Amino acid sequence: MDFTLTEEQRLLKDSVDRLMTERYAFDQRKNYLKEPGGWSAALWSQYAELGLLGLPFAEQYGGFGGGAVEIMLVMEAFGRGLILEPFVASVVLGGTAVRLGGSEQQKSRILPTVADGSTKLAFAHGERQARYDVTDVMTTARKDGSGWVLDGAKSVVTHGDCADALVVSARTSGERDDPNGITLFLVDAGASSVARRGYAVRDEQRAAEVSLSGVRVDGDAVLGEIGNGLPLIERVMEAGIAATAAECVGCMGALYDMTLEYSRTREQFGRTIGSNQVVQHRLADMLMSLEQGRSMAMLAAMMVDEPDAAERAHNIAMAKVGVGQAGRFVSQNAVQLHGGIGMTEELAVGHYFRRCMVIERLFGDTAHYLAKLAVAVE
Amino acid sequence: MDLRFTPDEAAFRDEVRAFIRDNLPADIRERMRLGYGPRKEDTVRWQRILNKRGWAAISWPEEHGGPGWTAIQKMIFLEENQVAPAPELSSFNITMLGPVLIQFGTDEQKKRFLPRAANLDDWWCQGFSEPGAGSDLASLKTAAKRDGDHYVVNGQKIWTSTAHHADWCFLLVRTNPNAAKRQEGISFLLVDMKTPGITVRPIISIDGSHHLNEVFFDDVRVPVENRVYEENKGWDVAKFLLGNERTGIARLGKSKERVRSAKEMARSVREGGKPLIEDAAFRQRIAQLEVDMKALEITQYRVVSAYDKQRDGRPDPLSSVLKVKGTELLQSTTELAMDVGGPMSMPIWAEELAALSNEPDVGPEWATQATGSYLFLRAASIYGGTNEIQKNILTKAVLRL
Ligand SMILES: Cc1cc2nc3c(=O)[nH]c(=O)nc-3n(C[C@H](O)[C@H](O)[C@H](O)COP(=O)(O)OP(=O)(O)OC[C@H]3O[C@@H](n4cnc5c(N)ncnc54)[C@H](O)[C@@H]3O)c2cc1C
Repeated sequence: MDFTLTEEQRLLKDSVDRLMTERYAFDQRKNYLKEPGGWSAALWSQYAELGLLGLPFAEQYGGFGGGAVEIMLVMEAFGRGLILEPFVASVVLGGTAVRLGGSEQQKSRILPTVADGSTKLAFAHGERQARYDVTDVMTTARKDGSGWVLDGAKSVVTHGDCADALVVSARTSGERDDPNGITLFLVDAGASSVARRGYAVRDEQRAAEVSLSGVRVDGDAVLGEIGNGLPLIERVMEAGIAATAAECVGCMGALYDMTLEYSRTREQFGRTIGSNQVVQHRLADMLMSLEQGRSMAMLAAMMVDEPDAAERAHNIAMAKVGVGQAGRFVSQNAVQLHGGIGMTEELAVGHYFRRCMVIERLFGDTAHYLAKLAVAVE
Repeated sequence: MDLRFTPDEAAFRDEVRAFIRDNLPADIRERMRLGYGPRKEDTVRWQRILNKRGWAAISWPEEHGGPGWTAIQKMIFLEENQVAPAPELSSFNITMLGPVLIQFGTDEQKKRFLPRAANLDDWWCQGFSEPGAGSDLASLKTAAKRDGDHYVVNGQKIWTSTAHHADWCFLLVRTNPNAAKRQEGISFLLVDMKTPGITVRPIISIDGSHHLNEVFFDDVRVPVENRVYEENKGWDVAKFLLGNERTGIARLGKSKERVRSAKEMARSVREGGKPLIEDAAFRQRIAQLEVDMKALEITQYRVVSAYDKQRDGRPDPLSSVLKVKGTELLQSTTELAMDVGGPMSMPIWAEELAALSNEPDVGPEWATQATGSYLFLRAASIYGGTNEIQKNILTKAVLRL
């Protein structure tokens, strides 16, 4: 057992932490939100230069050769910065789909361009009717000569509006809810038969509704096995859960620090609010949640490459629940202890609050994963 | 002991229910059902309909235009109104200003302000909190200096709900900075929001809405006749105002309405391949909320029926229970409604954008709205005395520690 970071990991963490401190102050972030895509193109290039966009890819694909721990370190820093860029969508979700599902030819073609930032990927799996049911896929792919034709619609696709290529799940056989018969495709997001409508989500990150009407793709657009896309989809979601769990820890850390600082400075009744024992205990509860949440985010990171699928899924489900609950507790109490000011857009607190709220509901909410765990209770 | 409504109370409830059913404009009901907060014009329209029926000034005595209801009747009315769902009465006008003027106002003030407040001809706002005076309200600094037959007001208020809609503001100011006790130098003024020197600046809250404001006072001249009660006795008025309303503080009807709506919507979405409403864990969560709502309902009955029997005017410490438990329920029931929508609750619903576009909505409106209410109601445990302060009150009053 060892929780220490290697020298390289420490350097990585320091450089991303520094980047966030220098470039992602809350006021700077406000300006990034006003950029055309709702995030900073300059920072995107900077992430590429630092090698972050190729972090999980092998060096032969222009990557950094990092693993889940490196992603965790970067995501925690990104959580503190409350970044807006499509890192999770492109590198973690899209990147995992190509990295684990792609052929040699697909990996060599796509991953280097993800790593240099010129291609942005998005993961277009969820559908309007599906809520959190992973197998509820109604988008279809019909064989057409050597290629395929896709029809259907994808919903709340994170950063789907700015993506250059979409990883789309579609049914090549079977009915709604059938775990078999789902296939992943790489789709050019700019194709005329792909219509996208972008909008902001509550955490101010962007998403899109994507509709596919007779989208024609070649045979080599298939990512992974035909009809057996579900295990790959699950890997992608697990990678997403692990990454956003670390991000949530970053958010919680920032919220805890801000709340602690506020309780030391805000005075009512002639003394700091933090001198009331009830406030002290609340802060202690927040700290405990933060640390328990951090443990769970570490669990997720260390399980994301576990070869035993059942073991991996089970542990990641636990991490998802633990981090989701911790994020909720910490963020709700951060608002509460700030009083009225915590309710305003002007303060960062509410923005972190909403990111925690969205993270708890990405890839399925707490109730959804508790239900999975309940089934597995021995 | 009998938990059932008396035949009279039951008949009253049916009468209220029927009236709301027959008179609440359909467009307002529909917006409220989708989870929107009422717009200003919705609140005005509905309060005027109620006022015509004699049901707006519910907590005022009959001689001032109130319906002469018992506390139980008031509670029944409030709940029916929330469950409908209909816009709630302006609490500033009806539960705060009205009773204050009736208790402390001059005849002139009563005549001038009460009928217009009941009919929402004047929209009132509450200028109490300041940047440095939140929980510790008595530390407020906004100053009023006497100048002939006027006060000249300088200072700043914050968190002033709906000040941007308001025609008038009831304001706490410091008239004697040298009083031995801070509470003894405060006065209660009625201020026309059109008076020169008042600036209202919006504060956008985390749900994206404009409800809150900062209000700045720069040499604002307020006629002395607009002071309520004696100079430097404003704290008595404020205490009366903050403590006098026990019915309705829990807003139980609103929680009930959110659960009802969540159940209905849970039929239209799925979890684990079947309708969410059939999901065992979801049903347990509803069951738990229903248990909590029932307990609060009975506690509320107890507080309210005791009120009808004693009327000594002293706030019952149990009203802190209603506030804490009621706001916790508001928060967990709106969270429930949001969770039903799942991923569809997360996009921001931009009404204006939707109107311009022929494309389908991003998510069902109820889902995106549910998140708006959830976010706004994080404030429910902050406004009206934070839940920590409520517990301090309970500790003092009940535990006598
Ligand atoms: C949505 C909304 C609407 C509002 N509308 C109005 C309005 O219309 N008019 C108006 O005048 N005001 C209004 N308010 C203001 C509201 O009354 C104050 O926010 C509230 O009194 C708390 O004050 P504060 O925000 O300064 O927080 P603070 O008093 O600074 O409290 C910060 C935190 O410290 C805790 N705390 C403080 N003192 C103690 C203590 N002694 N023991 C334990 N914990 C303590 C509090 O519980 C809170 O968690 C509104 C507020 C909100 C959020």
